[in-house]
Amino acid sequence: MAEPAAGGAAEFCDQCGGPSVDVGHERCASRRTLEPPRFCPQCARRMVVQVDPFGWTARCSRHGETHS
Amino acid sequence: MSISTTSTSDRAGTPAAGDILATAREQVLERGEGLTQEQVLEVLQLPDESLDDLLALAHDVRMRWCGPEVEVEGIISLKTGGCPEDCHFCSQSGLFASPVRAAWLDVPMLVEAAKQTAKTGATEFCIVAAVRGPDERLMAQVAAGVAAIKDAVDINVACSLGMLDPDQVTRLAEMGVHRYNHNLETARSYFPNVVTTHTWEERWETLRLVREAGMEVCCGGIVGMGETLEQRAEFAAQLAELTPDEVPLNFLNPRPGTPFGELEQMSGPDALRTVAAYRLAMPRTVLRFAGGREITLGDLGARQGLLGGINAVIVGNYLTTLGRPAESDIDLLGELQMPIKALNETL
Repeated sequence: MAEPAAGGAAEFCDQCGGPSVDVGHERCASRRTLEPPRFCPQCARRMVVQVDPFGWTARCSRHGETHS
Repeated sequence: MSISTTSTSDRAGTPAAGDILATAREQVLERGEGLTQEQVLEVLQLPDESLDDLLALAHDVRMRWCGPEVEVEGIISLKTGGCPEDCHFCSQSGLFASPVRAAWLDVPMLVEAAKQTAKTGATEFCIVAAVRGPDERLMAQVAAGVAAIKDAVDINVACSLGMLDPDQVTRLAEMGVHRYNHNLETARSYFPNVVTTHTWEERWETLRLVREAGMEVCCGGIVGMGETLEQRAEFAAQLAELTPDEVPLNFLNPRPGTPFGELEQMSGPDALRTVAAYRLAMPRTVLRFAGGREITLGDLGARQGLLGGINAVIVGNYLTTLGRPAESDIDLLGELQMPIKALNETL
């Protein structure tokens, strides 16, 4: 899993887009092993995600691209 | 091809309950005749205590009628999301509140993915698009992609682009696409519970056109979508009637935001029973482990499946979700002494 973009903290869950401080992300955590990120951890925007056989890239229109 | 509303050919000697494994040994292993719909149902109803014996028999059938080779494939999503269809299992439908956003892959990235896939020893690379059927823009992208891959990589190219018209089938065959995937997804009787924007029969028509054009037919589906065991057996019989070159077997991975997002995953024993039952229904087909095996069966499932009727795998990631590392499956094949099918072989 890639880290959040430089300068940003993971304020939002990359699986459901909800605030990271909220409770109830257990399902997100278990899902994360077999899922690429879907939401930007800095702003919760839905990201454009491309999965290929050996990795993924995820692009937030505001915070740029992360990859596996 | 015609669509039968009944099970596959009626065979004499339908066994009493409990004798199905002995019957399958004689009928499928010795004579190479797939199980009928009623017989598949008996297999699906076997208790967990019979699972090891069932898997062993399915493995013997696979080795007898297909051999030890395993066909390895990588898949890639050329066009992700934004699909107008309402397949209830799919996170790429534009009709559901799924987090998957639309995306297109460019040709250089397609070629790079094919190169990386070939490095694993894989002989198949399938280009997939989330569409009802291809428009001219997609056909042009596929043509450019297939040509670029063939120039750069020694690998068979397959496509999965939804429903086709006769002209599109001809064009894909002329591009050198050797196999076309179009899943019937589930039993004909259950299909309206899964998709309402098109019919099972429309899918069947595309498969008929693909076969007529000389491309190999790849057709499977997803189990664990709420169908009954009877419908799971019905689906096996309908696939057997189609006689596809390859059957990809997926296990429902409930996708957030889809109508099936809250369904329970099927159990591991049920998944393995289905693998074995489908092998016994189609002793000669390429039966491929596809999506959902990781969450349904875990790491142990890859081994059990490969020793229970499976003779093909998708390595690496899927279209929108991640899979086991490719090297894990390749290492496992080595450990099981199952050679990767070579490029010039036909199973």
